Amino acid sequence: MARSFDVKTQPGFALIAAFCFAALYLPIAVLVIYAFNAGESIAVWEGFSLRWFVTAMSNTAVQEAALRSVVIAVFAASIATVAATMAALATTRQGTYPGLSFKYAVLNQPLMIPEIVTAVALLIVFSRIKVWTGYTGLGYLIAAHTAFCIPFAYLPIRARLESMDSALEAAAADLYASPWQAFRRITLPLLKPGIMAGFMLAFVISLDDVVITEFVKSGGQETLPTYMLGQLRRVVTPEINAIATVFLAFSVLIVIMFFFVNRRKA
Amino acid sequence: MTDLPSTQELAIDVSGVSKVFGGEPGGFRALDNISVGIRNNEFFTLLGPSGCGKTTLLRLIAGFEYPTSGKILLHGEDIGLLPPYKRPVNTVFQSYALFPHLTVAQNIAFGLEMLGRPAAEVRDTVDRMLALVKMEPMRDRLTNQISGGQQQRVALARALAPSPKVLLLDEPLSALDYKLRKEMQIELKRLQNETGITFIFVTHDQEEALTMSDRIAVMSAGLIRQVGTPSEIYDRPADRFVADFIGETNFLSAEIDSVLEDHAILRLPGGGLEKAFLPKGAKTSGKVTAAIRPEHADLVPEGADGGLRGTLSNIIYSGSSTHYHVRLHDGPDFVVRTQNSPDNKLEFSVGQAVGVRVHDRCVQALED
Repeated sequence: MARSFDVKTQPGFALIAAFCFAALYLPIAVLVIYAFNAGESIAVWEGFSLRWFVTAMSNTAVQEAALRSVVIAVFAASIATVAATMAALATTRQGTYPGLSFKYAVLNQPLMIPEIVTAVALLIVFSRIKVWTGYTGLGYLIAAHTAFCIPFAYLPIRARLESMDSALEAAAADLYASPWQAFRRITLPLLKPGIMAGFMLAFVISLDDVVITEFVKSGGQETLPTYMLGQLRRVVTPEINAIATVFLAFSVLIVIMFFFVNRRKA
Repeated sequence: MTDLPSTQELAIDVSGVSKVFGGEPGGFRALDNISVGIRNNEFFTLLGPSGCGKTTLLRLIAGFEYPTSGKILLHGEDIGLLPPYKRPVNTVFQSYALFPHLTVAQNIAFGLEMLGRPAAEVRDTVDRMLALVKMEPMRDRLTNQISGGQQQRVALARALAPSPKVLLLDEPLSALDYKLRKEMQIELKRLQNETGITFIFVTHDQEEALTMSDRIAVMSAGLIRQVGTPSEIYDRPADRFVADFIGETNFLSAEIDSVLEDHAILRLPGGGLEKAFLPKGAKTSGKVTAAIRPEHADLVPEGADGGLRGTLSNIIYSGSSTHYHVRLHDGPDFVVRTQNSPDNKLEFSVGQAVGVRVHDRCVQALED
């Protein structure tokens, strides 16, 4: 019985699978291939070259945007991870109580609300604050990114905490560890893989964001994704492909690290 | 049976403790005005079915829960409201709760380090503890690289290392298989003798309680039903619950015929008279329940002088002993157990009319 319900034995399975993989990866493959095009077109192959990588790397606008992206992602992911760790401790270490599911809903709200709505709301609020304070730095982007990164950092940390025997913390307390010592010596080391995973997830999400960034940024605060979007409105050369390829390699690297860290669960 | 006043010092004195979960009105009353004294250096067992409150009492002593009312004294000092890390009491957890990111030696050292003991002392104590539980070769292993029985030993060593005044053990043997459990029972007794530390042991396994304990408190539904030595609990159960929970017991409805000092003459079903032990303060007339252990009665041929008569309905052979089920003429089934030996064969067959002779001084009169 069980065998006949195995999806792999259904007719057409291989065909559908092949189609899905092609739909997912063919466009990316084309993009990556044309990053190595010697010519100026993103559609006509004129031979292999690394010229567009060199162009992109020596473009100061790209350098600045990339650096800005990384700075925002590091700050936003760090703050979000700390907040998410505290939130995860608060929602898993006190048993259940009335209002707990409401807390879950509030924490995960950024996953539910359409991004464009958040973006417009932030634009309005931040423009007011800009007028009042005169401050126009990166703080707005970092705050906005932190907000939508929190649920992504929260999920792996909470999952890790929930799979952790709470008797371990009781045992630490029983063995004369104060709450802070118990956290430092027992909870935190055991939670580390979850925290790392949460941080990396938040980092990638921040790095990738276009919509909220586009609305919140002040003039001259291009991040890599918004810079690329801006370029696409003008002449499109394989330089964009080259930037996208580097970006892709970087993201894949982080995802691989994420899996590696997550697997060491012991 | 209540705790007799003792000249021995009490390690733990629980007085009038109640614990209500989920708010006073309508909450769950896990412990209902419990009082019990646990003597210094004794192996004390809290025995009862699940949900009787035994683990709650242990958690109150450890400090993982706080009493709703009442006092918990440790050598005369009120510890009822101290957090767990300020109580000189350590726990062996049911799940062991060993720290998975630390080695065996680091686990054992943890409590001493938290107490701020000098490194040399920590090292010496860890060595001594490893030797005590015979785990020296495993000192640098992680705790998930050792077997369940070994984890049990490490959990014990970890809890004993800071030399607690009282060691609390929460069903620590329940995860082990039968043979290992037997071994660990003897091991625990040895450790208790060698360290001289007061052990409070929680279990639902009556056999475990009888083998290991100096004294046992039998609990049910948030109350302590009886406190006594294993033989007091087994031979002189205070009430029907204790008699039923510990070992096998036949219950017969009987009537008090007359009373002589601490004994009563009971009229059993069928009219036979038996001398029965009467617990202190029990009533001295009217209907009672006669409790008789299966091994305290013999099967006799019909017509021989035995107090009870019936028909043999079933014979169950189980190696060392045989259980005979007798359907009494004027009552329920009665089970008789006889010790087997190769040259001692009782010649009875199912359906035969038989008599049951109860051993002298082996009937316990209990109130319903």
